[in-house]
Order: sequence, then C-alpha cells, then structure tokens
Amino acid sequence: MGGHHHDSDDHGARDIAVRVEAIESLLAEKGLVDPATIDEIVRYYEEDVGPLNGARVVARAWIDSGYKERLLNNATAAIAELGFGGPAGEHMVVVENTPTVHNVVVCTLCSCYPWPVLGLPPTWYKSPAYRSRIVREPRRVLAELGLPLPDECDVRVWDSSAEVRYLVLPQRPAGTASWREEELAALVTRDSMIGTATPRPPDEPEHRE
Amino acid sequence: MSERTRSPDVLDATGAAAPPRRNGELVFAAPWESRLFGLTMSLHEAGRFEWEEFRQLLMAEIGAWEEQHGVEAEYSYWERWRGALEKLLASRGLCSASELEARISAFAGRPSGHDH
Repeated sequence: MGGHHHDSDDHGARDIAVRVEAIESLLAEKGLVDPATIDEIVRYYEEDVGPLNGARVVARAWIDSGYKERLLNNATAAIAELGFGGPAGEHMVVVENTPTVHNVVVCTLCSCYPWPVLGLPPTWYKSPAYRSRIVREPRRVLAELGLPLPDECDVRVWDSSAEVRYLVLPQRPAGTASWREEELAALVTRDSMIGTATPRPPDEPEHRE
Repeated sequence: MSERTRSPDVLDATGAAAPPRRNGELVFAAPWESRLFGLTMSLHEAGRFEWEEFRQLLMAEIGAWEEQHGVEAEYSYWERWRGALEKLLASRGLCSASELEARISAFAGRPSGHDH
C-alpha cells in the first residue's frame, strides 16, 4: 500500500484525517449525510459483505453432515438458514470437491457474483483472459494460479449466470478433526470457494494477499 | 437502511478504479479511509450523484497521479478517492473548496490532542 508521498497532492496521515472529518462535518451540517448512516454503511461493508459468510457455510457443512446434505440439495435455502442471502445470493448451487473431482467457477457472460457469501471478486475474475481460458484449459490456468492438480483429479468448470451462481465446497483440510466450526471457517478463503485455491493449511497463519 | 440500493456491484470491483481488498473484503488501513468510503456511499445512496460520475473523477485522479509519478509508483488509493470526492462535491455545489479550507483551518486551530 502506498501513501508515503507527502507532496502537494498527498497529505500527512493526520492532515488527511482532519480533512475527511471536515468534509463530514460540513455535509452533516447541511443535512446531506447522517453520521449514523455512515456508521451503518461501513458496518455493512465490513461485516455483511465478505467471504466470512461463505466460510461459515463451508465450515458448517464440514462438521454437520445433515447440513451438508441440505446444502448440496438446496443451497439457497441452506445458506439462508445461516442468515445470508438477498438478491445477489439467490439461485445458489454448491458443488463439492472430492479427492477425484475439483470444481472451479467462472462467469463467462456477465458479472454474476454471489457477493453476500464471497465478498468482492478478485481482480482477475472478470478479466477476459480468465473467463475464456479457464473454460478451455482449466488445468493450466489453475496451475498458473498456484493450484496444480493431479492427473487423476477431474476438473469441472461451472459457468455462473443470473439464474445459477455457484459456490465450491472445498475439501476439509487434513489435521483438523478436532477443530471447532469457527476455527475451520478461518481456513476458508474466498478463492477456495471459487475453486482457484484450496483452504489454508491448518498450520499456516492468515496472510495478506 | 436503504438496503434496496446498497450493493457492492456499484464498486465495479474489478475495474481500474476498484478499491483495495484482501480475500474479498475492502481494506481500510486507517479510520479516515472507511469514513471517507462511508460518506461517499451515503451520498450516492441518497441519489446525490451517479456512480459513473464519481468513477470517472476517481480514474482521472489516479491517472493524474500516475502521470506525475509514473505508473510503477505506489499510490494511496483512498487519497485519490478523497481528491475525486472533493471535486465532485465542488462541481455538484454540495461543498465548495473555500468552505472546506475554512473548516479545516478551524479544526487545525483546535488544541493538540483533540481527535474527535
């Protein structure tokens, strides 16, 4: 992240904090913004939009076989059980990874993306290169993204649309038999639910992308 | 509040003007960044401007910075966002540059250690 420049365009950290505070106070005085609404918006983007919701769905499926069955049969309803959904979270289908099947999601036509459970998409997700190549040569693209797959593993590519939005149920990492649901959820990354990565190994701390 | 209009779709999260994020979440490094983001979204939800109008200003800010410093140089995304918002507020007649400078001076005159 930048922000180390302090020329005429950039302000010191304290200067800019004051500047933003001044903007908010002026707009609030004019009745153009309500500080409580700003609080609510920030909370919404920090807590309601993000892969944590999808991670909770995956972790629940890992520890609760009844939930997993409901999730694979009717994902939208099973996801709603946990309180997640809304217009961009409808028409969900969950596809399960196994030792012999790896699933990966793309949207070749549009920008359909289930952000209530996945958060914001990665930059490459909508790139023409990913969208066309993942369909033609998924193995090669996955290897380039750091996920080489063994030959015996089938790769299935799912094309999301406005009618169906896919979520990958990754395999539970080995060595997590005694883990609690919240601990498991912390291993589930956005990319592992798109199918371009696997969950974090249990011994690897959370890292910045 | 207005959930009907609230959607990350507006962020065009993979375009040139997309905000920094990590594992599908927005990344705010300081409280002022999330405040700035929240107040911009609040104005948009209230119908004060079209998102495309802001996006164009933001891309222009980023472009101008790159022209000055080179495309390889790292920039503070939220600083550019701040510049774009100030231009938008002025052009929309919501808050002029002189009003803003006056308020900043007033705040700057506060005793040090005053944070809020």
